[in-house]
Amino acid sequence: MSAICTVLFNGISVSSILLLAALGLSITFGLMRVINMAHGEYIMIGAYTTYIVQNIFIAVAPQSAFDWYFPVAVIASFLTAFFLGFILEVLVIRQLYGRETDSLLATWGVSLVLQQAARSIFGAPNVNVAAPSFLNGNLTVSGVVMTYKRLFIIGLVIFCLVCMYLLLYHTSYGKKVRAVMQNRSMSQCLGIRTDMIDSYTFALGSGLAGIAGSALCLLGSVGPTLGQNYIIDTFMVVVLGGVGKLVGAVAGALLIGLSSTIIEFGTTASIAKAVVLFLVILFLQKKPQGLFTIHSRALDE
Amino acid sequence: MKIKFNPFDSSSIPVLGKHGGRVKNTAFAVTIIIIAVLPLFLSPFRLNLAGKYISFAIAALSIDLIWGYTGILSLGHGVFFGLGGYAMGMYLKLAASGSSLPDFMSWSGRTTLPWFWMPFDHPAAAVFLIMFIPTALAFLLGILTFTNRIKGVYFSILSQALALVFVTLFIGMQQYTGGTNGLTDFSRIFGAPIAAMKTKYIIYYIALVILIFTYILFSSILNSKCGRVLIAIRDGENRTRFSGYQVSNYKTFVYCLSALFTGIAGALFVPFCGIISPAEMSISNSIDMVIWVAVGGRGTLIGAVIGAFLVNLSKTLISERFPQIWSYFIGLLYVVIVLFLPKGVVGIVSDIRRGISRVKQKKYRNSTAAV
Repeated sequence: MSAICTVLFNGISVSSILLLAALGLSITFGLMRVINMAHGEYIMIGAYTTYIVQNIFIAVAPQSAFDWYFPVAVIASFLTAFFLGFILEVLVIRQLYGRETDSLLATWGVSLVLQQAARSIFGAPNVNVAAPSFLNGNLTVSGVVMTYKRLFIIGLVIFCLVCMYLLLYHTSYGKKVRAVMQNRSMSQCLGIRTDMIDSYTFALGSGLAGIAGSALCLLGSVGPTLGQNYIIDTFMVVVLGGVGKLVGAVAGALLIGLSSTIIEFGTTASIAKAVVLFLVILFLQKKPQGLFTIHSRALDE
Repeated sequence: MKIKFNPFDSSSIPVLGKHGGRVKNTAFAVTIIIIAVLPLFLSPFRLNLAGKYISFAIAALSIDLIWGYTGILSLGHGVFFGLGGYAMGMYLKLAASGSSLPDFMSWSGRTTLPWFWMPFDHPAAAVFLIMFIPTALAFLLGILTFTNRIKGVYFSILSQALALVFVTLFIGMQQYTGGTNGLTDFSRIFGAPIAAMKTKYIIYYIALVILIFTYILFSSILNSKCGRVLIAIRDGENRTRFSGYQVSNYKTFVYCLSALFTGIAGALFVPFCGIISPAEMSISNSIDMVIWVAVGGRGTLIGAVIGAFLVNLSKTLISERFPQIWSYFIGLLYVVIVLFLPKGVVGIVSDIRRGISRVKQKKYRNSTAAV
């Protein structure tokens, strides 16, 4: 029983990271029909920002205040990724509207440049981030060991999810985003500045990836290819869950995260990857657009 | 968003008259002659490189067929390249080990040859499997995706995941595949010593003949009615479907054909490189194949060949001297080509030619007007 619960807990923990990365991707794809292959590199940017903030605290702040670096780092990661995402949108993404497959190639190029830049600045070997002391330790509930780090990440993801929900469904900005998703040209006719909506939403998605990056620092070391390890699974979440809806991203992340940990439990990680891909392809036979879609009568989605 | 007509959009690249045309065929002939006389000037090391480029050019032609003409962007073609390569590698490995087990298998404690290695002992069976395995995988994937109208970026993402899966599987099953190191230490190919210069020349020219064959085959397909349907699918998939064509069958067919030739390219790559490893199947390698086509000019077969040679030649030259710069260079190349030069090198050349002929026409008109 406790073994099953441990697997479930690990599955949810994996799902939460995937969800954080997929949220931004799903919304930008739904909004702009642009696939951002450099999304994983924004995770990497967030992780390196956390590393820098940690080093600044070691150098400047007193020993007792060291633990406070992490909340600062999460915010700094979000802001750095947000800012860089905004720049990428204006410089590159904006030129690629309506060219979905081309956007894959151009953003792949961006991701290669960002990876090499990280390698030039921080060096090829991985760097380590020390977790704040209040996150060291476990919570044991009826035989299931849950580390505080993973619990904290799950909490962080739920917090981000709630914020995104409030932002998208209870603000005027969110209403505009949803309007542009449904019908871009009609929104333009009604006076919505769709280009500004695009820039801010893309930046927001990148910022969420940055938070995912600082969360990943708690689980392992940070390297230039950190984002690459997560990006494919993140894409699968978006394809499975359907684009543009929060609930789709949540369902997709839970399905992929749980199924891969459960399959891994009986076999190996590499076989689990293959089985999950096969299951996703089989699932898409039934619903080619994913679990949740924005209903539309347009023929060419 | 400004909705405007975009002359660089792939869907609006005009295909007028017969595909290829006299100029492009001449360009191809010139390219072939250059490749054919190259061995006279090259050291053995460089000859291996040139041979590798030929195999890359065949892969690029296959990508061009599905991407440039049919509009299917596959980001996992490295898998087919790798499968063809592994099929060749398994044959060469067995030929090198003679009657004993391949070395990596005995290292990982196996005592018998796995059943799926058995057929590769026979050269004819190996050649058949080089062609069969990639095609069969493409057929399976094509049936499962195209029939259900999974298209565009969704297909691209799935094909990319396929590459990731195959790399992790091949690394994970070390005792069957050699793991990260892949297969290497080959000695004989079809009875001839693989390292001998004479064998190298023969393989080089075989690869060249296959390249020519691929080009002619693809051109004739594109000139036939089938080719017109493929281009129609690229430009308006639903319209083609409504006109009564079974789009998924055409797509599956062309995807299988592309996988077949990519597999053959992978098999040709192995004797030149001397090793086949999971890295050849990786996502970055698969996407690099697409950028060769984009650099040369998508939707023109000659562009794929030129692009494969140009990009790989500059990769060799740049990364030999400044290994760090190459990543920046190729990354920026992706962005610049997609944003500013979607028609690639061939597009630039034909733009210049069109400009010259326009100037000539103007002069002619002016001179006749003066009379």
